[in-house]
Amino acid sequence: MPVDDHTLAQVAMSRAEYDRLIDRLDREPTEVELGMAGALWSEHCGYKHTRPLFKHFPTTGQYVLTKVGEENAGAIDLGDGWCAVFKMESHNHPSAIEPYEGAATGVGGILRDIFAMGMRPIALLDSLRFGPLSIPHNRRLFKGVVAGIGGYGNCIGVPTVGGEVQMHPAYSGNPLVNAMCVGVGRREHLLSAAARGVGNPLVLVGADTGRDGIHGATFASVELDEGSEERRPAVQVGNPFMEKLLMEACVELAEQHRGWIEGLQDLGAAGLTSSAVESANRAGTGFELDVALVPRRERNMTPYEVMLSESQERMLVIPKREHLDDVLALFRKWELHADVVGTVTDDQMATIRDGGSVVARIPIAVLSDPPQYELEPERPGELDRLQAEDLDAPPDLAAADATAALLTLLASENIASRQWIFRQYDHQVLNHTVVKPGGDAAVLWLRGTPRGIAVSTDCNGRFVALEPRVGAAMAVAEAARNVVATGATPAAITDCLNFGNPEKPGVAYQIEQSILGLSDAARVLGTPVISGNASLYNEVPEAAVLPTPAIGLVGVLDDIERHLEIALHEGDEVVLLGAVLEQPVATLAGSEYQALTLGRAAGLPSIDLEFEARVQRLVLEAHRRELLTGAHDCADGGLAATLAESCMAGATGLDASALAVAGRLDAALFGEAPSRFVVGTRDAGTLLELARAANVPAVRLGTAGGARLRLGPVDVDIEAMRETYERALPERLAGVEAE
Amino acid sequence: MRAAVLVFPGTWSDSDCMYALERVGVPSRRVWHRETHLDDDELVVLAGGFSYGDYLRCGAIARFSPIMGAVQSHAANGGLVIGICNGFQILCEAGLLPGVLMRNASLQFRCQDVHLLVDNRASSFTQGLDPRHPLRIPISHGEGNYFADEATLDRLEDAGRVAFRYCDASGVVTPEANPNGSVRNIAGVLNERGNVLGMMPHPERACDSRLGGEDGNAIWHSMLESVGVSSR
Repeated sequence: MPVDDHTLAQVAMSRAEYDRLIDRLDREPTEVELGMAGALWSEHCGYKHTRPLFKHFPTTGQYVLTKVGEENAGAIDLGDGWCAVFKMESHNHPSAIEPYEGAATGVGGILRDIFAMGMRPIALLDSLRFGPLSIPHNRRLFKGVVAGIGGYGNCIGVPTVGGEVQMHPAYSGNPLVNAMCVGVGRREHLLSAAARGVGNPLVLVGADTGRDGIHGATFASVELDEGSEERRPAVQVGNPFMEKLLMEACVELAEQHRGWIEGLQDLGAAGLTSSAVESANRAGTGFELDVALVPRRERNMTPYEVMLSESQERMLVIPKREHLDDVLALFRKWELHADVVGTVTDDQMATIRDGGSVVARIPIAVLSDPPQYELEPERPGELDRLQAEDLDAPPDLAAADATAALLTLLASENIASRQWIFRQYDHQVLNHTVVKPGGDAAVLWLRGTPRGIAVSTDCNGRFVALEPRVGAAMAVAEAARNVVATGATPAAITDCLNFGNPEKPGVAYQIEQSILGLSDAARVLGTPVISGNASLYNEVPEAAVLPTPAIGLVGVLDDIERHLEIALHEGDEVVLLGAVLEQPVATLAGSEYQALTLGRAAGLPSIDLEFEARVQRLVLEAHRRELLTGAHDCADGGLAATLAESCMAGATGLDASALAVAGRLDAALFGEAPSRFVVGTRDAGTLLELARAANVPAVRLGTAGGARLRLGPVDVDIEAMRETYERALPERLAGVEAE
Repeated sequence: MRAAVLVFPGTWSDSDCMYALERVGVPSRRVWHRETHLDDDELVVLAGGFSYGDYLRCGAIARFSPIMGAVQSHAANGGLVIGICNGFQILCEAGLLPGVLMRNASLQFRCQDVHLLVDNRASSFTQGLDPRHPLRIPISHGEGNYFADEATLDRLEDAGRVAFRYCDASGVVTPEANPNGSVRNIAGVLNERGNVLGMMPHPERACDSRLGGEDGNAIWHSMLESVGVSSR
């Protein structure tokens, strides 16, 4: 029976892909087989356009235990038998349609990835992008997403400790919601998501299966349009309480009964289809699954619907046969129901039954081998024009306007205090949050040891848009700088690659160049990629999102009691490391100051990765020698905003008024050159000496104290500044948005 | 002294409470809500969390858990019971404490430090506290807006059963210091005998200077001294 275009569109499969499927099967697929292949061959599950580029990622390093792609998330060694797993994933399209549930289930999904590996989730972070908050629809999305993240994380009891949010017109209507989770545990408790052991049962545990989320994976693989609202049924509904029980049961299995099971796999995009197929593929086995054994929450569901449902809070467990009863009893104790729905086979086939009849029988190899497309990148012509713009043409900031300019920046929606967001997230549960949201990176204590980890997410889409290879490298560098500013050594990264439609040459260029830039930086900074996710087709009819390869980075801290924070303390000598005061005008390219004054991004940002690594090493070395009292990555809003944040955090002023600024004032105060830190020290002489020896420029800015920040012509009261900084977001978000 | 930390489906502060108790030298054990006995545990802790997801009214299902019978008897026999956050909500639903906890006036979840004025020093939990020094302790809840009718509130105040009120850093009770709209800034209340305390703030999170403060420990120390166990 020839398949019509509508059916193919539903599974987001092209006619050519359909022909390829027939070719591989040597027959027409059944309806269930088509649905399964469509989901696994979707961009979301199959990485059709990005996989060929993954070879560029550095994947090994001294900390790496589990490499990218081997399991649901990578793992790093924390020493003394401890390890951490982490991953970041997108839930953009669902959040665009239904912000609360879209964001909530994004959190739920990333948590399952982590505890599927037997690790206890200890931290959540979110990298968010929205259109300007002046538009009511964006405010509605913003509030819904924040509420959804809090709703899920607060209920399940995993702290939301950090992340970042940026607003830009290109995200209007297509917000980005990327959730990251970090889990820790003992190395010997790491679980595999492999369906090993022929004859072992497949056990489905957790929520009943409903019609929610059918075609979620394919929905994530097409552009949003006016009809997208009708896709609301493709958005899942979360139940964090159920997931809490699942998480406790799975962690208990890993920590106490590792020997009972062969594998544990979460159900995410494409539900039972992807979890069963992926786990069999990993083990080189096959499976037989009877949909009649799957508990449902709705009547008359077809085998197709059962196999493609994305109902949340479900896990697939592969117990050893002899421990099936033990495993079922453990889930019963946690008041969960668990059912045997299939068996591991040795035929490398996915066989789906509906009671007595076989509804699908398809080689795992076919399902796991989606078509791969070489991108056809073409450098957008406008890049050369934007980069060539004369940034010196706009007049420099007048000294008399410098203070007002700083206050405007501190009140801008991209820099203003995030307190409105973070106070809605439980960031302290589990009693290990050492540095709370608001610093450069969250610091978490591995209780029972002196160690900790530092975690940060980062990406400035404006830099990436101006020159993708540079911007992506800058994202990695900034994430690493954030972690270094706490005194931790960067260990590894996860990435969430958010782009528009890869079939468009300009977007293809952004994807390719970003992956190259990300890889350049990861290699030079010693932070291999251990996990990741790609989210393409982030477009509305008007435009694509800014290219946003969001980076999540984890660093290792040997002694939690010796971490650094951004606050300055009275009496600290304040030093800028990594640059002199005078900055070329090019450092305004892609900056927040430029966005506010010019209304757009222009110019060519740049980064010297070898230099960046040198500056980061210098900060870690100075910290090792106990020279530092605090450190802050100098980034958004430039030197002036960075100092302002450190002053506010420490409730102290700084007098650097005597410094003469040569060159353009706006670039010196607000330029966003990378590779810079503001640090506090009690021994500026030794620190400056160390910097000289490392061939890193440094400037002594002044001594912290008093109630005012004075920096060149800037002169502002700390508490007045705080008022502006803290009131900006609540004021923009006041009131209730209509649907 | 030994403590029983109750675990309902959805409880998440159990390990935090056990860590805080460990810091003041009190051994503790987890007790799953399906159990029916409390052995010889002298202190019962109902920890924070979202029991049953708080999908119904907070604490409304947990109060029917099998272990709650033993909690009632323990309290009736004068045993010490502390309910923190969701535990406070459960104690109110179970009738062990008066009043209810409604949705925060802001309609938003709040996780932040608050200051608590010690308003009563006649209970085991508060007798060792210094009323001149407000405690800095975090809150983390969406439904901590304490309410009771005027007559009940007057009775509570007359009997000295308001344990804590939200105040500013200098110890002054102000509307601005009230994070959730609680009537008369009430953050914690006692039962008539003074052996059952419910409070929304999380003393177990303020137990270690490495985590930002240890004001919460004063409550555990006070309790230990009241039963004649010297602490520290």
